[in-house]
Amino acid sequence: MNRLSSPDELEKLRKSIIKQRDPNKPCITICSGTGCHAYGCERVAAAVKQEVKQQGLEAKVDVRTTGCHGFCERGTLVVIKPRNIFYQRVSVDDVPEIISETVLKANIIDRLLYTDPNTGKKIVYEPEVPFYKKQKRLVFGNNGYIDPTLIDDYLAVGGYAALSKVLFRMSPEEVIREVKKSGLRGRGGGGFPTGIKWETCRRAKGDTKYIICNADEGDPGAYMDRSLIEGNPHSVLEGMIIGAYAVGGHQGYIYIRNEYPLAVRNVQIAIKQAEEYGLLGKDILGSGFDFSIRINRGGGAFVCGESSALMASLEGKVGEPRAKYIHTVERGLWDKPTNLNNVETWANIPLIINQGADWFAEIGTPRSKGTKIFSLVGKVNNTGLVEVPMGMTLREVIFDLGGGIPKGKKFKGVQTGGPSGGVIPESLLDLPVDFDELTKAGSMMGSGGMIVMDEDNCMVDIAKYFISFLEGESCGKCVPCREGLKRMREILTDITEGRGKDGDIELLERLSTVLIDSSLCALGATAPNPVLTTIRYFRDEYEAHIKDKKCPAGVCKELITYQIIDEKCPGCGLCVKACPTEAITFMGKKKPVILDQEKCIKCGACYDVCKLGAIKVE
Amino acid sequence: MVTLNIDGRELQAEEGATILEVARDNNIYIPALCYHEEVAPYGACRLCMVEIAADGREKLVASCLYPVEEGLRVKTNSERVKNNRRMIMELLLARCPNNKVIQDLARQVGVDKTPFKLEDKQCILCGLCVRACEEVVGVSAISLVNRGVNRQVASPFYEAPDACIGCGSCAYICPVNAIKMEDIGDTRTITMPNPKMKKIEFKLKKCKVCGKYWAPERQLEYIARIAGLAPETFDVCPDCRQ
Repeated sequence: MNRLSSPDELEKLRKSIIKQRDPNKPCITICSGTGCHAYGCERVAAAVKQEVKQQGLEAKVDVRTTGCHGFCERGTLVVIKPRNIFYQRVSVDDVPEIISETVLKANIIDRLLYTDPNTGKKIVYEPEVPFYKKQKRLVFGNNGYIDPTLIDDYLAVGGYAALSKVLFRMSPEEVIREVKKSGLRGRGGGGFPTGIKWETCRRAKGDTKYIICNADEGDPGAYMDRSLIEGNPHSVLEGMIIGAYAVGGHQGYIYIRNEYPLAVRNVQIAIKQAEEYGLLGKDILGSGFDFSIRINRGGGAFVCGESSALMASLEGKVGEPRAKYIHTVERGLWDKPTNLNNVETWANIPLIINQGADWFAEIGTPRSKGTKIFSLVGKVNNTGLVEVPMGMTLREVIFDLGGGIPKGKKFKGVQTGGPSGGVIPESLLDLPVDFDELTKAGSMMGSGGMIVMDEDNCMVDIAKYFISFLEGESCGKCVPCREGLKRMREILTDITEGRGKDGDIELLERLSTVLIDSSLCALGATAPNPVLTTIRYFRDEYEAHIKDKKCPAGVCKELITYQIIDEKCPGCGLCVKACPTEAITFMGKKKPVILDQEKCIKCGACYDVCKLGAIKVE
Repeated sequence: MVTLNIDGRELQAEEGATILEVARDNNIYIPALCYHEEVAPYGACRLCMVEIAADGREKLVASCLYPVEEGLRVKTNSERVKNNRRMIMELLLARCPNNKVIQDLARQVGVDKTPFKLEDKQCILCGLCVRACEEVVGVSAISLVNRGVNRQVASPFYEAPDACIGCGSCAYICPVNAIKMEDIGDTRTITMPNPKMKKIEFKLKKCKVCGKYWAPERQLEYIARIAGLAPETFDVCPDCRQ
C-alpha cells in the first residue's frame, strides 16, 4: 500500500479501484454478520469460494463476505449482485446450484427465494422484500457492499471522501456548524445534539482533547452497534477522524466489548489499513493534521457504557460513574476535555459531510433527524436490524417490516430503549418513533433496542426481568440504585409469587421517584421505566397478581395451574411421557389422563407436547 | 466570588466551592453520610441531595459535588428533597436496622420504620474508609470489591492486609461506627464489618520511658520511612519526649 499524501492521490486511488471493478460482473455476497454466523455462513462462504475455484470461474465471478445485512431471521443470506437476487436460508448444499444455475445461467432457484407470508408470493430481488422495502438504509446500507476487512471496498463506495473534504475545504468551525445544522442527536441513548457537544468540547480549555467511540453496547437483545462496527468499521473511523479535526483532538479510543471478537478484529484491521494509507496517524492525507486511534476492550460491565464509567475504565480504574455536573466535554478522560459519541453517531458523520446538513435535516421529524437503526427482536416474525427514518410509527416497524407476531398471537407491548426503556402498549402503536415521543410515552429511544411481546408475556414478570438485570449490573456506588433496585426486585418477586399486598404498587412508584431523582447516573435514573410503564399501561395485570393471585398471561408459576380438558383429551399419553415428575397418570386409551397437582412442578412440558389443546393454563 | 441563594439566604461563596461546603460554612444543615472534608467528595449516599433550578426546571443534585455558580438558587428542605431523604433512610434502615447512627438519622428525617425486609448489616458502603486509606494514609489496604448488591469493603483475598499499618483511620472516619478498633495490652485489634474477614491484630510499641503501649509498630515504621526519620525516633512516646 502506498501512503496517500494529498486529496488528489486519494481520488486517483479510488478511481483505479473502481476501474478494476466491472459493475456488470456477478458478485456473490454472503452475509457474515452475527446472526448469519450462527447459521453457519462461514461454511457457506468457504463452499462458494471452493466451487468458484473448482469451476474455474475466478475471473468471471467475484465472491465477497460482507457485514450484517439485517434480515437475521432468514440467514444465511446470499445476494447476487448486480441484479440483487436475494436467497435466504442458504446452506452449503445449495451452493453448487447457485453457481451453476443462477450465476452461470441466470436462472432463479425458487426454493431459496423469500415468500411474503401475507401474499404468498415469492420475491426475487432484495429491495422488494417487505423487510427491506420501507427501510432507509443510509448508515447500514453499505454493509451489503463491502468486505469489512478491505479498505478498498470502502473507498470504492466513496469512503474517506468526507474526510478529505473536511481537511482541505472546511475549517473545524464549519464542520461543527454543519453537524449542528443537520440536527443529528446522539444515537447512544441520550439524544444530546451532537454538534453542540462538539462545539462545547472545542471551546473547552486545554490543549489535549480526546475522542472516544462508545462501542460498549450492552442492552439485552441489541446488536446494531456491533453489526455496524463489524460490517463497516471504516465509516466509524472516518466519523471519528472528522470529529477529532472539529474539536481539535489528536488521540482517539474505541471502547469495545471484548465479547465482540469479530468487531474487535475488524476494527483492528481497519485501523491498520487506514494507517497504511495515511488516513490515520501523522499528517493525514498531507494536511498536517495528526490523529491516532487505540482500541480498549471492555471487560463486560453494562455500566461501562455510561460515559463517565467508561472513561474511568479506560483509565484503568474500576468502571464506576461519577457525577457529571462538570461535563466530560470539559473534564473527561484523565480530566481532559473529551468528546464521546456512540458507534452509530460517528457513522452518520461522513454522510452529513458528503451530502450536506440540509439533506440530512429533511429526513425524520422536526426534532429528531435522520434515520435510526433498531434491533427488532422478541415475538416478531422478522427478527433483525432495521434502519428507518425517524418518525416511522411503531406499527409500521413491527408489522410492515417485522411481519407481525408469530403464530397469529396478539401483540401486547414493545419494550424500546433497552432494559431501562419502557413497555409501550398496543394503544400507542401509531406513535412516531423519535426521541421526544418515546420519552413522552414513558420509554426512551435508548440505543435502539425493540423487544416485541405478545399475549403470552406477563408484564409483571417482564418488569421483574429487567429490574433483576439492572440490579445485577448496578455498580453499587449509590444508595438508591444499589438498595432501591434490590427492593424493587424483591417486591416484584413477591407479586409474581403470590405474596403481593396492598400498597406494593404505590411503594414501587415511590421508590421509582427516588431512583429517578437521586441516582448518581442514568442507569439508576432510568431503571424504573419498565416498572412505571407496565404499571401505567398494564395496571390490571399487577392487580390480578396482587388481589386475585392470578397471572392472566399464565407465566408466573406460583399463580397458575395446568389442567386437563377432559373432553379434548383422547388419552394418547404424550404428556405422560413428557412429564418429568410423573404427575400425569395414563388411564387407558380414549380416557382422559389425570394430572396430580401435588406432583406438578408447572414446567409446561405437557402443554408443549399436547397437539390437541387438551391442556389449559389457569 | 459568586452570589447564590440557599433557602432564601443570599450568600457569597468562592468559585469552585460545592453547595454543601457553602451551606456548612453558613450553618445550614444538610445531612450527609459519605462526605468528609479530608477526602474528595464521592456522591454515594445521596442524602445531601438538594433542589436547584436549572434550564427552567427544578432538579435534585448532590450538594457535596455540585459547584456553586452565580445566581444559583438552592432549596435544602423542599418536599421533594425531604421525600428523597426519607426514602434513602428507609433503604438504609432496612440494610442496617441495628445501627445506632442510622436509627438516629432516620428518626431525625421522620422515618421510624421501613417498609422493606430487614437485613442485619452495619456497613453502608459509603467508601469513606477506603478513600481515607488511599487519599489520606496512602496505603490502600482495603478496597470496595464486587459490584452492585454484592459490593463490600474488603482486603485482598479477605486476609490481614500486608499494606495495613494499623493506623485506624478507617475506624475514625466511619460515619456509622461499623469498623471496631480496640487497644488491649500490647495489641490493637481492628474488626472490619465483613464476615469473611478475620480480626486484624497489630503489635503496639512500648515507650522506653513510661512503658506505655502507644502506637502500632507498623504505623511508626511507616511514618519514619515516609518522613525520612531514624527508626529510633519513636522509641519514646510523645508525652515523654517533651
